Amino acid sequence: MTENTCEYFESGHRACGGCGPALAGRLITKAAGENTIVVASTGCMEVFSTPYPETVWKTPWIHSLFQNSAAVASGIEASLKRQGREEKVVVIAGDGATFDIGMLCISGMFERGHDVTYICYDNEAYMNTGIQRSGATPYDASTTTSPAGKLSNGNKRPKKDLPAILAAHGSPYVATTSVSTPKDLMDKVQRALNTPGPCYVQVHTPCCTGWGFDGCKTIEIGRMAINSGLWVNFEMVDGEIVKAKKVSRVPVDDYLKSQKRFRHLFRPSPKTEEIGKIQEIANRNAEKYGIDIKPFH
Amino acid sequence: MLQIMEGSHAVAEAVRLCRPQVVSAYPITPQTHIVERLAEMVADGDLDGEYICVESEFSALSSCLGASAAGSRVYSATTSQGLAFMAEVVFNVAGMRQPVIMTIANRALGAPLNIWNDQQDSIFLRDSGWMQFYAEDAQEATDLHFIAYKVAEDHNILLPAFVCFDGFILSHTYEPVDIPSQEEIDAYLPAFNPYQRLDAKKPMSFGMYATPEYYEEFRYEINAAMQRAKDVIRKAGAEFSEKFGRDYSGLVEGYRLDDADTAIVAMGSVCGTVKDAVDEMRDAGERVGLLKIRAFRPFPKEDVREALKGVSNVAVLEKNISLGSGMLGAVGLEVKDAVYGSGSSVHSYVGGLGGRDIRKKVVKTLAEWARQGKDDCFFGLREELL
Repeated sequence: MTENTCEYFESGHRACGGCGPALAGRLITKAAGENTIVVASTGCMEVFSTPYPETVWKTPWIHSLFQNSAAVASGIEASLKRQGREEKVVVIAGDGATFDIGMLCISGMFERGHDVTYICYDNEAYMNTGIQRSGATPYDASTTTSPAGKLSNGNKRPKKDLPAILAAHGSPYVATTSVSTPKDLMDKVQRALNTPGPCYVQVHTPCCTGWGFDGCKTIEIGRMAINSGLWVNFEMVDGEIVKAKKVSRVPVDDYLKSQKRFRHLFRPSPKTEEIGKIQEIANRNAEKYGIDIKPFH
Repeated sequence: MLQIMEGSHAVAEAVRLCRPQVVSAYPITPQTHIVERLAEMVADGDLDGEYICVESEFSALSSCLGASAAGSRVYSATTSQGLAFMAEVVFNVAGMRQPVIMTIANRALGAPLNIWNDQQDSIFLRDSGWMQFYAEDAQEATDLHFIAYKVAEDHNILLPAFVCFDGFILSHTYEPVDIPSQEEIDAYLPAFNPYQRLDAKKPMSFGMYATPEYYEEFRYEINAAMQRAKDVIRKAGAEFSEKFGRDYSGLVEGYRLDDADTAIVAMGSVCGTVKDAVDEMRDAGERVGLLKIRAFRPFPKEDVREALKGVSNVAVLEKNISLGSGMLGAVGLEVKDAVYGSGSSVHSYVGGLGGRDIRKKVVKTLAEWARQGKDDCFFGLREELL
């Protein structure tokens, strides 16, 4: 990583205190540098960063719709190519824009092989519209459209494996990272930008409002996700996993207990069977990506 | 030099002469022949631009938006379901003031599924902020592309435009067409000079969100640009006629309207049929004329009022229907508004939907109905099916 002291994501925006995506926006643009065109999707980051006539973006920035950033970026890339310009094109979109409504455009962009880096800031639900579930919402998380109730433990399906889907499109570089590992995040963004073709970076961005934790704990919660195995920082090159962050794993309980979205799993008493299912997800992750430093008990 | 060519291929030639730097399109009947021909031109090096084979119409227009914002002249084409699928981006392109030109090979919208011509598809986006031009024949479809780019890219306008021509009736029919030379078009249409573009050397934010304190002014500005566009279209059309000898200086075109007591109002290819019918009615001593509307957006209200001055009976031949408005098509609503208070009686006759043929005898019947004051209705219905 080259050191860059410049900021391209100014302060003074309207994000919640402790916002994971705001931190991601700052780190991504810092890593990408000034020669970058940012394409945004409708979502938290677009809304808190660009209330007309104000903007926090110091690089060229464009937002069109919720679901079309990959297609807009495709056009920008083609246009730059035609003009002989060498700016990098980076999409920064939330999980709703990426996992759900934007899939058609994303699939098209990756299949056509545009030289664009697509970065998803993954806060695991539709946050700016009021915390509704998305395809990135983890199993058993309570959201306003997957509420825990007498007959429900929250979101009924595990998180969609989007990195695998995009790797299957022939992407040369797919990576996951977290705002709680800023150097890793910036390294991966730069690696994606320096890899020709459509690259994908998924950034875990804890959301204090949507997940229900104190805004001063964003980084801590992100680290807990990694240490539980529910979030894995890994890299795929040409479809193969080449690197994954190793951890001395701890049970998922503390991570779950730290957030209101999983509160129903512990009240009035711990639902051990459900928590066991979530532990299984972490265990499968650990096995798939080989992250355990020592055997986990 | 006149060449016999398919309407779609004539449009593709026009597009090539406009030198788009990025073409992005998804094939759909009856637009397909345009984009196939453009793909061939790119493959042969006859069109020096990027051709993006997108996975959908939604991405076609989205990528055009991005390419335009990055500073390239762009082009797309679609029809019917494809245009409906693009609808969200259609509004967005206009709101972001990108001068995108898109050919619409007009086709009916489902359901029921129908691939044939009417004008419902472009009409349903009449309030989107795109200019809308309608061509009578392949020559006009060709020429309107040059004019459309010139108007759309004018820094006082910066609005996108549909160039509409009737699917199959024009897109798949062979006609003699005069295709200008590249030198002639280069002299008429300068290279794209974007008002603003995405540029790392001069960073700007495009497409921000606007609160109630700001949103309304953006809509006001689009409407103001639409109003300004009327004169810019007239000027671009007049310049075109000076250079090429074909007159597009008006947003409407009158045919034998002087001294007429009855007028047919129409848009698109049916105007040719109406002209023939008018000639025959004139031969029979009837004082009938045609008012062809070439620009539906911006709607030339003053021109329509002026052209229909002294006309008692107006029959608007509609290839669309504004469902629920009381049997009126969208064109009739506009014409009624334009002549309000002038004493003309306007009747909206809906037909030719989903590709049903409109013949001279139908046109004559509508002129007669208008004289009789027969009110808004469908024509040519198969009564046995109702």
